[in-house]
Amino acid sequence: MTTHDTRPGSTGGADTPGPLYGGPDDDYTPEQLAAMSREDLDRLGALHDGVQVLHVDPGPEPGSPLEKRYVRQVGTVFALAGLAAFAFIVVYLGSGWFLPDWEWTIESGTWSSLFTPMLGLLMGLSLALVGLGMVLYARKLLPHETAVQDKHDGSHFDRVTTGATLVGGLHNSGLARRKLITRSLAFMGGGLGLMLLMPLGGLIKNPNTGNPLGRTSWGEGVRLVRDDGTPIRPGDAVPGSLETVFPAVPGGNHESDAATMLIRLRPEQIRVNQPREGQADYGYGDYVAYSKICTHAGCPVSLYEQETSRILCPCHQSQFDVTQGAKPIFGPATRSLPQLPLGVDDEGYFIALSDYPEAVGPTYWNRERI
Amino acid sequence: MARTATAPGAPTSRLGKTALEIDDRLIVAGPLRRTLNKVFPDHWSFLLGEIALYSFIILLLSGTYLTFFFDPSLREVTYNGSYAPLRGVEMSAAYDSALDLSFDVRGGLFMRQVHHWAALLFVASIIVHLLRIFFTGAFRRPRETNWIIGVGLLVLAVLEGATGYTLPDDLLSGTGLRIISAIILAIPVIGTWAHFAVFDGDFPGELIIGRFYIVHVLLIPAILLALIAVHLLLLVKQKHTQFPGPGRTEHNVVGNRLFPTFAAKAGGLFFIVFGLIAALGGLAQINPIWLWGPYNPAQVSAASQPDWYVMFLDGSTRLFPAWDINLPGDYTIPALFWPTLVLPGILFTLLAMYPMIERKLTGDTASHHLLQRPRDVPVRTSLGAMAITFYLVLLISGGNDVLADKFQISLNAMTWVGRLGLVVLPPLVYMATYRICLGLQKHDREVLEHGIETGVIRRLPHGEFIEVHQPLGPVDEHGHGQLAYGGASVPKKMNQIGGARRAIRGFFAPIEEPASVELEQRREPQGLATAEDRELTSSGRPSEGGRPSEGGRPSEGGKPQEPRD
Repeated sequence: MTTHDTRPGSTGGADTPGPLYGGPDDDYTPEQLAAMSREDLDRLGALHDGVQVLHVDPGPEPGSPLEKRYVRQVGTVFALAGLAAFAFIVVYLGSGWFLPDWEWTIESGTWSSLFTPMLGLLMGLSLALVGLGMVLYARKLLPHETAVQDKHDGSHFDRVTTGATLVGGLHNSGLARRKLITRSLAFMGGGLGLMLLMPLGGLIKNPNTGNPLGRTSWGEGVRLVRDDGTPIRPGDAVPGSLETVFPAVPGGNHESDAATMLIRLRPEQIRVNQPREGQADYGYGDYVAYSKICTHAGCPVSLYEQETSRILCPCHQSQFDVTQGAKPIFGPATRSLPQLPLGVDDEGYFIALSDYPEAVGPTYWNRERI
Repeated sequence: MARTATAPGAPTSRLGKTALEIDDRLIVAGPLRRTLNKVFPDHWSFLLGEIALYSFIILLLSGTYLTFFFDPSLREVTYNGSYAPLRGVEMSAAYDSALDLSFDVRGGLFMRQVHHWAALLFVASIIVHLLRIFFTGAFRRPRETNWIIGVGLLVLAVLEGATGYTLPDDLLSGTGLRIISAIILAIPVIGTWAHFAVFDGDFPGELIIGRFYIVHVLLIPAILLALIAVHLLLLVKQKHTQFPGPGRTEHNVVGNRLFPTFAAKAGGLFFIVFGLIAALGGLAQINPIWLWGPYNPAQVSAASQPDWYVMFLDGSTRLFPAWDINLPGDYTIPALFWPTLVLPGILFTLLAMYPMIERKLTGDTASHHLLQRPRDVPVRTSLGAMAITFYLVLLISGGNDVLADKFQISLNAMTWVGRLGLVVLPPLVYMATYRICLGLQKHDREVLEHGIETGVIRRLPHGEFIEVHQPLGPVDEHGHGQLAYGGASVPKKMNQIGGARRAIRGFFAPIEEPASVELEQRREPQGLATAEDRELTSSGRPSEGGRPSEGGRPSEGGKPQEPRD
């Protein structure tokens, strides 16, 4: 096995082990081990690891009818697993080749709609059968042994010797005495740690420059348009209707905070309508416009129940009353939906008279200040 | 140590020689033997953590596959793939590639659904595993560290799931992202700064999907992997706990050695878990993103629920009252802050600190390797049941709009039921669980003292009826059992101690006559007692002065189902 290197200058592999070499190899000579049976060796090794095999319930007698039955069972299960695996391969590779195409079609009940379920069924079946086969094998054919392993607490010897090495090393370094080094090390460690964190500063952006949270694309004279970009006239909608509108700026219909609900109130709603203080003139005729972004968590509030004048947010069920300045009347939201001041331009289309008077969307720490 | 070929015991087979070559270089025989000989206790509840581990492996495999096709970018593109209803629609590259993955990659939809199902199972099995550890007291010294690591794994798994379902950028996940944005904004003082750091500006920005992607595929998985490794290393080092039973002590582990029995069973379980997830991934549709459409901040669909493991936070957000705290100087602590950040912070901290809390309360600082039955620790069990109730109320409230819709209940009523339930139910459950634990304890002791109820009623000469009890062990002169309660399950039915006839064969229908089974067993009357190797004694009359139900006189062995008078 090992050829000793005898070239000059090398004694590689030729050394005899030093006196510290020890362990089970000293207790059991190769001759002794060679004389032991495999089972005895197994038990000896186990004992060496603190494991005692108390009791072995041998599996079924080799050649017995019971064994044959179990072997047949396990073998069948593994064979079926292989069969399912090959069936998976056939479906996967064959679709679009000698089987119908797997690609999505609009009709249901086609091969395409069966493709994914078949993959799942076959792979699932195959893998589950492999598992079943292994469990059956372990339960029916393997000998059942009851083994006991010792559990040791920490060794006192280990603790004392390790402690001596650790403390000895520290003592030899003299760090406890050399205060200057300890202090400079602490200083260096703090500085180094902070220095390595510094590049994360690249993530920091000032949220207060230009008030991005408090502004939207709405402004004086900006037209209200539908998702497809068409402007809206006051006569377009029936009373009781709600339409989602966007500012007529490029990309306005994809802005996260500009979506607005244009609501035409019914006569009985107008009678009870109580706009928020100072916002009585924000509506236009029987129209009012409120931000669609929930003041709770920013979901679009979109379920309008016109009989009760309530707008429901589907995320956390905050409810706002459009006849009370979109005041929250149930659920976790605390603030009214901001109202957009409405007007009409020379051509008779709806425009905003200004941006929202307050920040739209969820509340944050200094929202009232900017 | 090198040996020559002629040494005794030197391998002669090719395999043996190869093994020797390897061991000469790597010296692995010793550690390998120690590993193969490691003893694992044999109880089904110890497999729960394994299910979590296997789900994680499947997540790594399927997730790596998904990265080959997914483009984590918010760049605007026009969909041009196979799914006709969305053709020509403007969407982000992330959603576009997720659609392509579902419709234009062979087997891609299957893999995506496997990944999603594996994620659900991963978190679920972690939680069930945690409950097992909790209710059996397996977290006690010396395993507090591993408990804390486990709680950390749970938190990371939830974060990993949340970042993962955000990635496809469909309408549902975009709505989730919007809520995440609002939650970050809601942090007092630094909320807006934190939001701008995470999203690179106002919501949604251009970078968030890319950032969530790298967190989802690299950062959290790497930490998970490292923590799982430590979790398992500690387990190997500290060895398993075990339920009390014959021969089981605080200083040993009774069970199967790793090789081959445990390895075969664990490997089998891996394949069964994998097979189950694969079957779900193909057969059970999950998160059909093509139905939600691309994310649009102005749109939302009703019943927008997160994956189940985040749903309890959705529930707490729905239930929490509209309480903004306005501070002097026009500063606000938003109501959203409490149910989404403070509540989970408290819950997970309490969970992580529980071993220390219990140690403080009970003063029990000893090492424990034997598990406790939940009934024997009524306070802990009741606390656990209380916590589960609290969690379930939140979880159900996370879907209260769906429940309200399906059962025609007022949505506002559902919210109030949740708010009240959250306060009222946990203490009630605590009290009920406590009583149940005490009742079960009492019943265990009663059976040990008086024996098992046989269901055999006997009439005494003076006309009194008594039920015959079967003692479990030796009895004293009053007929009372002398076995002490050992923290292990006490048999309470006759067939648990071999008092029943064997089951009649047949899977769908019996394939043998019940009468012939009875005859067969009559022919070997000793089968019962000897097979179980237990002393079975029938108890008869009450001793003088004793209540009949309090036991009977000890008598000679016999078959309990054929009481002799």
